[in-house]
Amino acid sequence: MSGKVRFGVVVFPGSNCEYDAAYALSTFPEAEPFYLWHKERDLKGAHVVVLPGGFSYGDYLRTGAIARFSPVMQEVAAFAADGGLVLGICNGFQILAEAHMLPGALLRNRGLKFICHAQYLRVERTDTPFTRRYSPGQVIQVPVNHNEGNWTAGAESLERIEQEKLVVFRYCDAEGNVTDAANPNGATDNVAGLLSEGGNVLGMMPHPERVCESVLGGTDGRGLFGSLIDTVLERA
Amino acid sequence: MSELYADLGLTRDEYLRICDVQGREPTHVELAVYSLMWSEHCGYKHSRPFLGRFPTAGERVLQGPGENAGIVDIGGGLAVAMKIESHNHPSAVEPYQGAATGVGGILRDIFAMGARPICSLDSLRFGEIAPLPVDTAASAAPQGAGGTPSVAPAVAGGGMERQRYLFEHVVAGIGGYGNCMGIPTVAGEVYFEDAYSGNCLVNAMTVGLVRHEHIVRSRAAGVGNHVVLFGSKTGRDGIGGASVLASQEFDESLEEKRPSVQVGDPFTEKKLLEVCLELLARRKFVALQDLGAAGIASSSSEMAAKGGVGIDIHTDRVPLREADMAPWEIMISESQERMLAVVTPADWEDVAAACDRWDLDCTIVGVVTDTGRLRVFHHGELVGDMPARALADAPVCTVAQERPAHEVDQPVELAAWPAPQAPPEEILLDLLGSPNIASRRWIWQQYDHQVQLNTVLLPGGDAAVLRIKQTGVGLAVCTDGNGRRTYLDPYRGGKEAVAEAARNVSCTGAAPVAITNCLNFGNPEKGPIASQFARAVEGMAEACKAFGIPVISGNVSFYNESFGQAVYPTPVVGMLGLMPAVGARCGVAFRREGDVVLLLGDTAPALDGSEYQKRWFGRVEGRIPDVDLAAEVQLQAVVRRAIAEGLLRSAHDCSDGGLAVALAESCLAGGLGARVNLEGIAGQAVGRYDVTLFGEGPTRVVVSAAPELVGDVRRLCEEAGVPCRVLGTVGGNSLAVQLGAEQVAIPLPAMRDAYEGGLERALAG
Repeated sequence: MSGKVRFGVVVFPGSNCEYDAAYALSTFPEAEPFYLWHKERDLKGAHVVVLPGGFSYGDYLRTGAIARFSPVMQEVAAFAADGGLVLGICNGFQILAEAHMLPGALLRNRGLKFICHAQYLRVERTDTPFTRRYSPGQVIQVPVNHNEGNWTAGAESLERIEQEKLVVFRYCDAEGNVTDAANPNGATDNVAGLLSEGGNVLGMMPHPERVCESVLGGTDGRGLFGSLIDTVLERA
Repeated sequence: MSELYADLGLTRDEYLRICDVQGREPTHVELAVYSLMWSEHCGYKHSRPFLGRFPTAGERVLQGPGENAGIVDIGGGLAVAMKIESHNHPSAVEPYQGAATGVGGILRDIFAMGARPICSLDSLRFGEIAPLPVDTAASAAPQGAGGTPSVAPAVAGGGMERQRYLFEHVVAGIGGYGNCMGIPTVAGEVYFEDAYSGNCLVNAMTVGLVRHEHIVRSRAAGVGNHVVLFGSKTGRDGIGGASVLASQEFDESLEEKRPSVQVGDPFTEKKLLEVCLELLARRKFVALQDLGAAGIASSSSEMAAKGGVGIDIHTDRVPLREADMAPWEIMISESQERMLAVVTPADWEDVAAACDRWDLDCTIVGVVTDTGRLRVFHHGELVGDMPARALADAPVCTVAQERPAHEVDQPVELAAWPAPQAPPEEILLDLLGSPNIASRRWIWQQYDHQVQLNTVLLPGGDAAVLRIKQTGVGLAVCTDGNGRRTYLDPYRGGKEAVAEAARNVSCTGAAPVAITNCLNFGNPEKGPIASQFARAVEGMAEACKAFGIPVISGNVSFYNESFGQAVYPTPVVGMLGLMPAVGARCGVAFRREGDVVLLLGDTAPALDGSEYQKRWFGRVEGRIPDVDLAAEVQLQAVVRRAIAEGLLRSAHDCSDGGLAVALAESCLAGGLGARVNLEGIAGQAVGRYDVTLFGEGPTRVVVSAAPELVGDVRRLCEEAGVPCRVLGTVGGNSLAVQLGAEQVAIPLPAMRDAYEGGLERALAG
């Protein structure tokens, strides 16, 4: 493929991690991040669509409940149905769940408080477009920052999710043990990140864009964006 | 009208003066506007004569006090805007919304200058949330005097349950607003003292980044230009907030004041922020001003007064939440998330289009005139007509100062003071778990402290450090102000607040470059309060001059009293430090086994005003040590130089809880123990190991350095005349302290449990 990998970062009113996502991507020479306004109906040739963190529409109703009706989301859904790569981070994950592009729902943290801290994750799958630069079972440190990150799903969905191995990241301790004590928000089965059945849509509560430079205390997020770059370059 | 003025918080003298300025009896609209503009909150009636003492000039200063925020140059064409402001009374009445709108207000002040907010800090004070160790022992409570409190009475604010409720909801409100806006909250402080039980303090500070050419001010200009209101609609919320709420003491009518508290909408503010910065970058504003206290009345009159022009406002054009609002209500409503701008007719279409894109109301509500007057029209009828300059120039009140009766000239007499009440291990663990010292993790984990990808030194140290992506420089930010110590000596306390804030940023390696301050005091009409205020300002000003740090913005909050009981005099200093490269920053954590622990500066600590004195003797007595400003300046310069030369692996300011707590905090932050010998350090008294370990005083920093670099550290200190004493080495699994015959070793896990769990235990009750 000639040219760079185009990452379309969607800006909803109330998004607040769109600059961070674009900035983190700008540290990859192969990436070309740009913004997509929520009222737009053209993804402008994006190879990857990123739904960033924040409080879209203030999240005064349910998180992500209004954003899913934005004009741009119809295009994102069509893009995903076509096999396009979509990454939802934090509020982006919440929006994808509301839009039924990913299973389950995100409830309020079990501690009933906003949480912002470093968090260990175990990489459950490395055969996805999002995680190929990680090694199986690798423990990475990526911060969480949310009030509604308590993922849950009905029994039937849970069974299907396990069967199809849709869980990509689980909350764990420093040694990689997936325990309740290592679960920051009460998410069912410690689910931190989840893949669509098609394997091309990923939603995750932790913020990989916050750990892409050593000056910020970690670089474990680079593997995720790097994997996406590899995938797109390979497909071209 | 003559009956109404008292209800609006005006005195008879002020009313007569208004009649004099107007040349007639004021209309209802005029009286409402005057009552707000001449309130203490907006008019600085009691403080203005003193604030002139602060140095405000400096080569980096691009904007001093008098604007929405002050601005300093940080090189590379960039500048930093910053300001701190109180939202004490609203938070005492409705903690979540009071704190949230406090954050919202200070954020608007920053982006009204054209700056993008890059971080916030919060300085909080509440009543006690957990019993003191002394409460279980027999001890005589000291007497408060002169209308100011001692440690004992907690009558006004309800019990500890109420204080916990206030604290938890204030923290949630700060997080709720800042997190949604995507502004990291990176530092701050909180203290719990009975003196704040009836009147909590909630001070919010924001720092913003702006390119020099994008700075905008609030001076209205250009006769015929549009006056444009944009953002939220105007409602009845917050009517009289500045006069009724902020400029009076609390009494039994506290609950009735709830409707004076506004409700925050961070989502709208986020849109407002983005549209303002977009339009500023396109230079679409002649002037910009946020709407805070006293709403349109204060914004429009200040803009007109600063520009030497007039403004006509048409209240019937203001988009309303409630259709039947009267003109006077529209003028003084404190509905949040609104801005007022002066826009040329040529730029109006672009401004309207940008607001439409962000789904924000945007309306031409008035026009710039050459009259010098604020005129208010309602459906064409003139309902108010006032000289803008007179509104912005509230009458000054002078109160005879009277020294508070509890203040003394001498420190406590140690020979007559009760012996330590427990072994040193027990006292240290208690202090580490004290709500005033324990880890603040419980608070800052509820704040997004990382968004914007700049936070390179996280909350929990002496100051937070942010990197500036465009230039690579580092900013260090902190707030400091110890009311309990200032209560014992306002002059020395004021000095200490500035010195400590400067010391905190110096310990990260940054040079202090600018101050914003929030002065929280009781009722200024009382002599003892007037005295506390004047002397605290004097002490602060003297310290600012010694350090060469200008005060670029600030806020005064008076009437922090309930049932006649004032809070501790609490000047809060917000400090900005600058380091040339963020890579040279230093933290508080001991980092390597075998490193040498040193004490730089060796001033004698004192029992007076210490956390230890309060917790273990139930007394706040004596006189805090004076800051030797020349020594303090030298010490901080040495610390910064040693960091810049790469000589130090850690640096930690020695303050609350004294030397023992500073050592313990460096151990805990690094997960490493230390072995130290404190024999021979300054201020030792026979039989009083407690003063050496837990006594407090300024001008001391605990550092660690690799053994091979200790000689270089010593040389730097010698050259600067700064005392430098080797205390011991980093290592082991405990903090082992030797002091004459006393030998103490406290295991790290016990210290960690006390320190990390302190706040949560207090909140669990």
